[in-house]
Amino acid sequence: MRALVSTLAFFAFAASASAQEQPVALKDAPGRAVVEANCAGCHSLDYPRINSPFLDRKGWSAEVTKMIQVFGAPIDAKDVPAIVDYLVANYGKGN
Amino acid sequence: MDRRQVLAGIAGATFAGTAPRLAEAAEGFLSRGLPPGEYDTAMLAALPGKKKLIKLSYRPPNYETPLDYLRTAITPNDAFFVRYHLAVIPEIDVKEWKLKVGGEAAATPLTLTMAELSAFPPATVTAVCQCAGARRGWSEPHVAGVEWGPGAVGNAVWKGARLKDVLGKAGLRKDAVEIVLDGADGPVLDKTPDFRKSIPVEKALDDNTLIAYEMNGAPLPHFNGFPARLIVPGWVATYWMKHITDIAAVTKPFDGFWMKGAYRIPTGKFPVLQHFLTQANAVNEPITEMLPNSLIASPAAGARVSRGAGLEVQGLAWDGGYGIDHVDVSTDGGATWADAELGKDLGRFSFREWRHRFTPDKQGKVAILARAGNRVGQSQVDTLIFNPAGYHNNVVRPTVIEVA
Repeated sequence: MRALVSTLAFFAFAASASAQEQPVALKDAPGRAVVEANCAGCHSLDYPRINSPFLDRKGWSAEVTKMIQVFGAPIDAKDVPAIVDYLVANYGKGN
Repeated sequence: MDRRQVLAGIAGATFAGTAPRLAEAAEGFLSRGLPPGEYDTAMLAALPGKKKLIKLSYRPPNYETPLDYLRTAITPNDAFFVRYHLAVIPEIDVKEWKLKVGGEAAATPLTLTMAELSAFPPATVTAVCQCAGARRGWSEPHVAGVEWGPGAVGNAVWKGARLKDVLGKAGLRKDAVEIVLDGADGPVLDKTPDFRKSIPVEKALDDNTLIAYEMNGAPLPHFNGFPARLIVPGWVATYWMKHITDIAAVTKPFDGFWMKGAYRIPTGKFPVLQHFLTQANAVNEPITEMLPNSLIASPAAGARVSRGAGLEVQGLAWDGGYGIDHVDVSTDGGATWADAELGKDLGRFSFREWRHRFTPDKQGKVAILARAGNRVGQSQVDTLIFNPAGYHNNVVRPTVIEVA
């Protein structure tokens, strides 16, 4: 039951959220599309921006792993390196 | 929801990133020392029913109160900060809302309507609600999370039913160890742990722990938990469950992610007096009570004032419910300190206003500092007690002004 309620609520929210939610641009660089496609379903893209640039590769890798393992983000394993590379290159403090 | 559904949902919720920025830049409202990426991301923006606050994230919504609204002891409802973990936040019709009270340690479980909740003897408490991660943005080094500055805090007069009265009616048994709380907001994905928390049974039975349906004499704003939320005076806001729908008395420690995997501090590292023993271990324990803290609301950082003209420094101080008993102020960068004048005492859980007058006698930059302490000897610290989630940041920080 909760699954159904949650699904319906999500679509209701996605529709209503646009009233106050404005575009959050990520840096245009290789990997941006895969980040947008995998991350923006659950949270707006201001999250990586405000969390920058202080995480290193280990830090961003841990964040992506947490999203998958703890929060259940359905991210294909093959997408993970591109996501981490993009975050490190554009919102990290280097390798 | 599976991957394809998520991707389909994104169509309505994400953007190409080329549209113009419509909200106002918040840079001028942000303190120094936050992560650099915050300065071109945070902005002033208004949620429905709210004034323009400092938007840190749209979804889930995390909006900080600008210091302009933190000059007085009571924080206006429409300027009160907003903090959510999960993005599905239903609009609730109070006529449809119900509160379930049960669990294996409740002999007579019940379900309450708002009319039935309101029929319990009402209680009122003036209490500070502060996000556990308040001031995380000043952690050194920076740590991941919502990068709050000083405005993830507010104070209100909360009115509601005592949790202990409601638990009593549900037949709370002596073998209850924790009370588990759930609210109507939830995750986008079914696999994401729902935001559920527990509190020790002794905290639940405290006279000051309320199920509040009024905030400063009005219904709670939607984004602060309408129609009812838990009020746990003295303890950080993670326990103040918004949109509360379920209360369960349990005989074993609750093992949800938001207790076991989040909101924890290194055991023994902070001078807190109240511990959550059934959730503690040798390595870490849940964050519980707030430690003394303060803010300088006026003058604003960067203000230009005149040499020889009297200046009033104003601010707020608060703690975990023992009661602020002094605020020391320095107007020379910490070389000398004076007692600030404390404002009216609105109760031990409330913001306490303070003020200090001085006359700047030298031109140039002046660093103003405030350090609050309470009746049990806890005080703000000069050096950060680092912890991985950036909690309990009550470091004394300078507000630098320019004397011309």
